Amino acid sequence: MAAMKNCHNDYKMKFSVDEEFPDLSQHNNHMAKVLNKDIYSKLRGKSTPSGFTVDDVIQTGVDNPGHPFIMTVGCVAGDEESYEVFKELLDPIISDRHGGYKPTDKHKTDLNFENLKGGDDLDPNYVLSSRVRTGRSIKGFTLPPHNSRGERRGIEKLSIEALSSLDGEFKGKYYPLNGMTDAEQEQLIADHFLFDKPVSPLLTCAGMARDWPDARGIWHNDNKTFLVWVNEEDHLRVISMQKGGNMKEVFKRFCVGLQKIEEIFKKHNHGFMWNEHLGYILTCPSNLGTGLRGGVHVKLPKLSTHPKFEEILTRLRLQKRGTGGVDTASVGGVFDISNADRLGSSEVEQVQLVVDGVKLMVEMEKKLEKGESIDGMIPAQK
Amino acid sequence: MSGSFRRLISGRSTAVLLASLGAGTMATGVLLSENGSLAAEAKKKLYPPSSDFPDLRKHNNCMATALTPAIYAKLRDKLTPNNWTLDQCIQTGVDNPGHPFIKTVGCVAGDEESYEVFAELFDPVIIDRHNGYDPRKMTHPTDLDASKLKHGMFDENYVLSSRVRTGRSIRGLSLPPACSRAERREVERVVVTALAGLKGDLAGRYYSLGDMTEKEQQQLIDDHFLFDKPVSPLLTCAFMARDWPDARGIWHNNNKTFLIWVNEEDHTRVISMEKGGNMKRVFERFCSGLKQVEHLIQERGWEFMWNERLGYILTCPSNLGTGLRAGVHVRLPNLSKDPRFSKILDNLRLQKRGTGGVDTAATGDTFDISNLDRLGKSEVELVQLVVNGVNYLIECEKKLEKGQDIQVPAPLVMFKK
Repeated sequence: MAAMKNCHNDYKMKFSVDEEFPDLSQHNNHMAKVLNKDIYSKLRGKSTPSGFTVDDVIQTGVDNPGHPFIMTVGCVAGDEESYEVFKELLDPIISDRHGGYKPTDKHKTDLNFENLKGGDDLDPNYVLSSRVRTGRSIKGFTLPPHNSRGERRGIEKLSIEALSSLDGEFKGKYYPLNGMTDAEQEQLIADHFLFDKPVSPLLTCAGMARDWPDARGIWHNDNKTFLVWVNEEDHLRVISMQKGGNMKEVFKRFCVGLQKIEEIFKKHNHGFMWNEHLGYILTCPSNLGTGLRGGVHVKLPKLSTHPKFEEILTRLRLQKRGTGGVDTASVGGVFDISNADRLGSSEVEQVQLVVDGVKLMVEMEKKLEKGESIDGMIPAQK
Repeated sequence: MSGSFRRLISGRSTAVLLASLGAGTMATGVLLSENGSLAAEAKKKLYPPSSDFPDLRKHNNCMATALTPAIYAKLRDKLTPNNWTLDQCIQTGVDNPGHPFIKTVGCVAGDEESYEVFAELFDPVIIDRHNGYDPRKMTHPTDLDASKLKHGMFDENYVLSSRVRTGRSIRGLSLPPACSRAERREVERVVVTALAGLKGDLAGRYYSLGDMTEKEQQQLIDDHFLFDKPVSPLLTCAFMARDWPDARGIWHNNNKTFLIWVNEEDHTRVISMEKGGNMKRVFERFCSGLKQVEHLIQERGWEFMWNERLGYILTCPSNLGTGLRAGVHVRLPNLSKDPRFSKILDNLRLQKRGTGGVDTAATGDTFDISNLDRLGKSEVELVQLVVNGVNYLIECEKKLEKGQDIQVPAPLVMFKK
């Protein structure tokens, strides 16, 4: 029963909905916008088979009221079944977060790298690096907010087995967080591979830092172009990356590597969590669908100060971040530009948007360098 | 067991029964009994306790010292009546390995019953933390008769302020690591209603953390009364900051000498304090205030968590017994530089802290000096110990000022084992 965290729920039922309903008056996140006493009343008596309850789902959103400008999600899944058992709450949140995605919509998965057009000719004078990441959850285990130490270790064990059977360009090594040498740690930091214990209250309030660093680790191939994080915010985070602008190559490695890994997990009867409505199931509803963020670090000093920059990004279905990743600022006119969407379009479609969009923006940058106008180049809404 | 407690228990069982018959739970019932119990049984086989045993090799806290695979195996699948588990008790200790020099406790109670259901873990932790006090063999004395305190007036050339604090939990409601929002709000309601009944020099007002005005907040900060959302991972990893600031608040009397924190690390923290060296008066107000509050909650059928093995039941095992920390801010410019200072404190069973409280450094020559012990001696005994000890420290300080030598006192005996 180690994973059944909240049988405490039965005891809570003696209190009324009014007595238990959270105070969300100061809150600005998707959960707070959707949750009302009606929904709470319907869901509070329920529990997924592993014991995850609606209070568990929403705790992070209750504890983190959010920001007037940044709309966080405010809830997490504890297992695959959360998305079914708490549909009444999660469907509207998914719809809000993912552009009106309906409960009846179907999500298309396409990891056929050959379907990507172009992407091998982004100008390396501007595009400094290219990267594609996604997450994967392993069927039969509960998710990071909920899993027990035994489960987390089981996930690690399976992952190590799967990853150590890779060969060729994927041959690599696993570094458990608890047990790496100082030298190894230094190297991983220098390579920008090492992930740290989460400090963001968005994650800690969702229970994801429990038992740190037990069963957490980093695997990467010898070439340092394919990297897997084990048991951070998701069971697996898979990253393909390299310097320069050859997104085509990055995406090919991403697709091939993912498929190889999935084969091995399937052999052990622990395939990836996926369904045709939500695509790949991950901890945070924001990462459903492809869970894919494909992006580049690109120099856009002139374009980024152009009054239409934000509008261009929106129309191209792209988002900007600083070069430190989410919630950081840009340094020296270099931006992290990536796809904004996750659910409702395929991997190929999302990476295609990045490839086409970045190509266009580099051309705009060049035009602005020459003192020319870019008004004629502003794209239509994709 | 008091009549009101019995009433609470039966009321709770009935309520659960009624809730389980209610709408919306029928489907749940099926889910839990079909998938739920199957899932639970299958999980037990797939994940035996050994697979879940935490890695405590880098840990230095009382829980890590006490927890063995055998104890874990025995307790992992047990539940308190409020359905709290061992994993939840120890999470904070697993997440916070501790410090080579400072041994933290590393576990918390989720409810009164935790100390009983998980006794195989809590008993050795208590013995370790409380210098050999064995809850299976000994009883804890409670004595809140302030008239017994002698020599409780300090030399105000040295003692700048005096303070006594403790905690109290409301029986029948889960503790801060475990409580639901409704329970926490109930604690607030019970306590605030009771405090509204205080009169005379204890009459005062409640400030809800979520509702106070900016002006009120500033005043509370200036008075050094305001408590903040916990940032220490010792507390956050024990789930105590959930739903902040819901149902948290501060009550104080108009004279600002009696202060109560609601729903911070415990249901209530009760503090009596004033500037100067009149520890006698501080302790009198402390005892009187506590007794009045207890009386006021009893009128409404509530009571404090207490038993004769463990005294007053609080969230952290370190605060069991009296939960009492009596202390002063005292200037000891000469004594604090003497190499024997620490030994003198040890033998007097006192501890020093900086003037910012726990885990702060002293500023200048002023120290926070208080009792080390909580369990196994009564409130009167512990405050007397502080009074005697601080008076001794002041004597040493005066001697050193005059260039005379001082003596390290013989170590105090805690209690017969």
